[in-house]
Amino acid sequence: MIILSDVLTLAAILFCISVAGIFLNRKNVLILLMCIELMLLSVNMNFIAFSHFLSDIHGQVFVFFILTVAAAESAIGLAILVVLFRNRNTINVNDLGTMKG
Amino acid sequence: MFEQIIFYFFAALLVLSAAMVITVRNPVFAALFLVLSFFSSAAIWLMLEAEFLAIVLVLVYVGAVMVLFLFVVMMLDINLSPLREGFARYLPVGIVVALLMVVAMGLVVRSNYFGAGHYYASVPHEAGYSNTTELGNMLYTTYLYQFEIAGAILLVAIIAAISLTLRRVKLNKAMKPEEQVAVKRKDRVRMVKMAPEKREP
Repeated sequence: MIILSDVLTLAAILFCISVAGIFLNRKNVLILLMCIELMLLSVNMNFIAFSHFLSDIHGQVFVFFILTVAAAESAIGLAILVVLFRNRNTINVNDLGTMKG
Repeated sequence: MFEQIIFYFFAALLVLSAAMVITVRNPVFAALFLVLSFFSSAAIWLMLEAEFLAIVLVLVYVGAVMVLFLFVVMMLDINLSPLREGFARYLPVGIVVALLMVVAMGLVVRSNYFGAGHYYASVPHEAGYSNTTELGNMLYTTYLYQFEIAGAILLVAIIAAISLTLRRVKLNKAMKPEEQVAVKRKDRVRMVKMAPEKREP
């Protein structure tokens, strides 16, 4: 029997791993995008856990919309990344300071 | 008990693969470990009776988004060594912050102050229950407007991604009005000296 706290703890651990990933890989935009995907996954897991344990389908509808927006976000993010690499020949965050005032 | 063992197995797989995503050196392996973590969380969602979303996670994320990630990783010729510098320096900070956040969130979700411990006995659905039907009923009635907005968001994403990455290849003959306006008389007309010709009478 799964209990709610287990799923919530799992989602919390996943979220913290992705936050640590943003700390560790702050030079690499690709890994940053993957960490954002992991964060959204952990949030979705919270929604699904509450939807299951409260017997309420609304949480799953929210997960559906989050998945939609996350797919759009990653598609646009990767497109921006490709254009960035084509123009600047790097994806290092440190080299992307041209808009600094 | 058996259910719990399966849950802990997939949870451990999920946490391990997520940890590998943020620590491996090669972005290709990071993307593949991300695929593994999506698969294991889809298994956990199946256990939580969210069947449609589990399948959607596998189809959309593993099938589309992660393939897109892999394409981009393999298409970009990345020099990895400058991207990894500072990894060892920020490792203690990252671990400390992650542990602090885990402890804080665990204190919240594992304690009984917020009533999270009361939801442990959920009744399984009967045999004829269809998660997809329920979700579809909800999406096409209550959340119809939001559903259409989601469609519009996806359309905008398609257009944005294509227009960002499109290389403009000259396949058609188009006019450039600014060049047409800037043209001078001597660019187009050449005056030629020649002997006058007379028509025969």
